[in-house]
Amino acid sequence: MSTTAFKSLSTAMFKGFVRDKMSLFFMFFFPLMFLVVFGLLLGDSGEDKIKIAVTGDGPVVAALDQTGAVEIQRFDDERAALAKVEDGDLPAAIILRGNAIQLRFAASDQVAAGTVNGLVSGVVDKLNLSATGQPAAFSLQQQPVEDASLKPIQYLTPGILSWGISISAVFGAALTMVSWRKKQVLRRIRLAPVSAFTVLTSRLTVSVGIAIVQAITFVLVALTPPFGLKLSGSWYLALPLLVLGTLAFFAIGMLVGAFCKTEEAASGAANILVMPMSFLSGSFFPIENAPGWLQAVSQALPLRHMNDGMLDVLVRGKGIEALLLPCSVLIAFTAVVGFAAAKIFRWED
Amino acid sequence: MTDAVVVTDIRKSYGDLNAVDGVSFTVAEGEFFGILGPNGAGKTTTLEIVEGLREPDSGTVELLGVNPWPRNPELLPRVGVQLQASSFFERLTAREQLETFGSLYGVGTAKAGEMLELVGLTDKADVQENKLSGGQRQRLSIACALVHDPDVVFLDEPTAALDPQARRNLWDVLRAIQARGKTIVYTTHYLDEAEILCDRVAIMDRGKVLALDSPAALVRGLDAPTRILLQPGALPLDTARELEGVDTAAEDEVSLTISTRKPARVLSTLAERGTLDGLQVRTATLEDVFLDHTGREYRA
Repeated sequence: MSTTAFKSLSTAMFKGFVRDKMSLFFMFFFPLMFLVVFGLLLGDSGEDKIKIAVTGDGPVVAALDQTGAVEIQRFDDERAALAKVEDGDLPAAIILRGNAIQLRFAASDQVAAGTVNGLVSGVVDKLNLSATGQPAAFSLQQQPVEDASLKPIQYLTPGILSWGISISAVFGAALTMVSWRKKQVLRRIRLAPVSAFTVLTSRLTVSVGIAIVQAITFVLVALTPPFGLKLSGSWYLALPLLVLGTLAFFAIGMLVGAFCKTEEAASGAANILVMPMSFLSGSFFPIENAPGWLQAVSQALPLRHMNDGMLDVLVRGKGIEALLLPCSVLIAFTAVVGFAAAKIFRWED
Repeated sequence: MTDAVVVTDIRKSYGDLNAVDGVSFTVAEGEFFGILGPNGAGKTTTLEIVEGLREPDSGTVELLGVNPWPRNPELLPRVGVQLQASSFFERLTAREQLETFGSLYGVGTAKAGEMLELVGLTDKADVQENKLSGGQRQRLSIACALVHDPDVVFLDEPTAALDPQARRNLWDVLRAIQARGKTIVYTTHYLDEAEILCDRVAIMDRGKVLALDSPAALVRGLDAPTRILLQPGALPLDTARELEGVDTAAEDEVSLTISTRKPARVLSTLAERGTLDGLQVRTATLEDVFLDHTGREYRA
């Protein structure tokens, strides 16, 4: 393999990518926009606190406030507080008269009703217990498993980053291949003493480079205060996932490029593959709630494994063992799809 | 002189179509060789077989003494090819195109400047390929074919779809390349152009070579009359017919046309009579050669 040819081909392809404002936007800024929009929309989970109307005061209100799970809105008038609940503006109202505590809730909102009931009775039970002066028979320790609170940005960043990388790698490979074949650049290269391997690896290097720049940009944006991503200590383990994920999506792009004759067809085919894959792989929202068979399908997708791996190392703080499954799947996927792409590869139309 | 290209009875068919149907020719080193013919004559397929881009169904090709098929990486640096489509890297400037193509052959970047000068694009060095005019693109793509200093250069219709001025600029480039001692094999459907540029031409039609020689020899071989054109009414038609050496004479509203195989005698007689008004002398061209071989008027 000739190093000069490798370097100059990589440079040529990189310049071609950067100078194409359209694809630069579509492959780079478009996914970043998704991160920004979703990050801001789903925003701060503090906003999700349940609001409760309260009249009167006492240790129960102070204890409820300390849980941090509810936001207390004080009312002087019991009827005004109840009206809020009846109108559906608030899920529950607590009316305190000395030690008698009355909880009125809207049964129509089952989730909120359950949460409020649980919370309030928990607080009341605890206060009752301490009033008896008895030591607790059971002890309970509460601690989240994630490093940080699981704000949406924590799962959005790995998911949307993986999706963005899949877009740039699939489209990059497919469009370069189709356009070079159509413009006979491939034929022209074939008439020069360079190997197909050199051409392939130089394009792949450009894709990996773009993926790394994407990862850095995405994470830096997500780390800024409006989003507030908290990276785990093992974030650097994302690097092998980035490279192997790019390889797998590059192989898909090569397959698309080998099948399609025009850039329009390649773009359409790539979209048909990438969009459903991103939804099925849980790039935008967790897949855990989907039906079992759909989850089984998603296990066959490279993006699903890249998402899972990224989530584990970037956010959940898992160690190197978390890479084993995603990396194996990505390597296997690359081998199979890459082999198929090589089989149907054509130098010219 | 040794031969740069030896083609012996090559054939290539696509289904029922015999695109190349028994073509043979040789090109000497340093020669400017043209393959001419109308569209669909089989010029490009012939060229692609010689370049080693296609395998012939039968027949042999020797390019610089070796078989170009299958792809032979040792032969490639000695051969320069310009394809019919202008195959450039996307969004690179003229200089970057040359540097990139050069690097495929291990050529340093300094060569790019020299090539730009050769094809007269020095002032367009930093312009992106898609912003060049048709003629500039063609010259750039020829420069890309030459950047690694090959011995043989193949050019597929380099002057197609160019305006007359751009064509003439390109002729100068092609002559400059030949002056560097390169062997040039090129296809064109402009017979007049080939007559001016080529040392020898092969005229093709429907996959076969109809005629192969220097343009002058082909035209001489026709034994076609010279036509002398005068203003209508320059002299009476009957008088014209009776001049010595005149085969036929005819007159229309544009000109009086005299056909002769003894042009010198007829011209001196006309000069003596002082009737040379609007004189034009036309000898046979390669188009007449095509007509003679096919019985059809030449249509590019």
